[in-house]
Amino acid sequence: MSELIGLWIAALLTVFILSFLYKDNPFYKFAEHLFVGVAAGYVLALSWHNTIKPNLVEPLFYQGEWILIVPMAFGLLLFTRFIPKMSWLSRWSLAAIVGIYSGLAVVAIAEADFVTQIRATLIPIWDQTKWTQFSNQPSIVHFIHLFTNFITIFGLLTILFYFFFSVEHSGTWGLIAKIGTGLLMVGFGAGYGYTVMTRIALLIDRVVFLLGDVIGLL
Amino acid sequence: MSSVWTKINHLDKRWIYLFVLLAVALPLILPINLPLSPSGPVMSFYKAIESIPKGSIVLISNDYDPGSKAELYPMTEAVLYHLFKRNCRVVMLSLFPAGPPMSERAVARVTEDLPNLQYGTDFVNLGYKDGREAVLVEMGRSIRSAFPKDYRGIPYDSIALLKEVENYSSFALVISISVGYPGTKEYVQYAQGRFNLKLLAGAAAVSVPEYSAYYNSGQLSGMLTGISGAAEYEELIGRRALAAKAIDAQAIGHMVIILLIVLGNVAWFVTKGKKNHE
Repeated sequence: MSELIGLWIAALLTVFILSFLYKDNPFYKFAEHLFVGVAAGYVLALSWHNTIKPNLVEPLFYQGEWILIVPMAFGLLLFTRFIPKMSWLSRWSLAAIVGIYSGLAVVAIAEADFVTQIRATLIPIWDQTKWTQFSNQPSIVHFIHLFTNFITIFGLLTILFYFFFSVEHSGTWGLIAKIGTGLLMVGFGAGYGYTVMTRIALLIDRVVFLLGDVIGLL
Repeated sequence: MSSVWTKINHLDKRWIYLFVLLAVALPLILPINLPLSPSGPVMSFYKAIESIPKGSIVLISNDYDPGSKAELYPMTEAVLYHLFKRNCRVVMLSLFPAGPPMSERAVARVTEDLPNLQYGTDFVNLGYKDGREAVLVEMGRSIRSAFPKDYRGIPYDSIALLKEVENYSSFALVISISVGYPGTKEYVQYAQGRFNLKLLAGAAAVSVPEYSAYYNSGQLSGMLTGISGAAEYEELIGRRALAAKAIDAQAIGHMVIILLIVLGNVAWFVTKGKKNHE
């Protein structure tokens, strides 16, 4: 019975939210506010039970891991922002957070997004294995694959040149920059297409829920 | 004739919503069963799971919430099914607060088909942990330290499966099914290179442009993207389920959107030409 009630509450709230597509209305507003409140409460309760209690309270107060007083103190200092005279103390915690995360990020991002990505572009323009693949199984897909390395290198160079402002973008340089711009547009278009795919998927999920789980039509 | 184009040009957007809704709903009611052929990244994902020894332990990080369930939940279910069929054991966790119920639901659904699986020996849900990148780095040292208890409140050391799990090196594969931050990108940046992980990704379609670079560079060993990726994967493992049902709806929905874009552009050019003529 409780599952059935839950199902109908979810169905009603889905319809309330979708009603915004017709026009803004009090049902939509109700569902929106309810979501914000429930989400905030859920995250608060989950953070207590899954993080603060098992990672701080229990080891500190029941298992005697006294070193945890240090992170707890830093955490509590963040709340001094509510007391104007003591608010400067919260900067110590923020400094620790910014410092630690920056330290982690510099190495991680330099390795994953810079060095490895550059290494991945150091490829031969002509890949013999792809030619062998095409020779053995001629198809449009394998034919296109013959040019992927060339397109990768050509695209990288032209797009990088578009962001190189020490040379005036006119004549031949202008043409290279324009090709770079064109390839960027292709990238943005593909990105937008994928965004539409995701949005359609969200609609499919709600339609499956309403027609399948609620009405039982699917 | 031009009045038709003028009408299209000023079409109330609510008609467009209705067309798209019908385009999505009708194929779900009357399936077309469009053919599916797995793409390269999906094939790599499948082969990576097929290549690990039976009985291996695999980490699945379900970093999404119900808002992204449409694309990512079918992947979770399909990947779990594939791993369990290969007698692999699974440790699940989430860096998203609403992720753990997604894991629970998926495993409940899969164990309906494979009823002999036991919690604690075949699979474990460690639940959610706040801390984002810090959690990813800490797991490289000790997973026990990051997750002293599982999602059900059972202490780490009381769970049989976790006695074999110390850090990332205990896993044959790490699979990040994610929609945003923190997710696959952070796994690549903070864990893959540093701890030498064999990392697979399940991602929403919107993430493809970003994650394709990681796949091409070899930082991701395989990738499922969106409903299409999930449907192709379901086809490969021989279990057509949620994504296979949805792929028809997505294809027809896209066709309607393409048609509307073409119509809109033609209408704009025709009416613009008329204005210039006047």
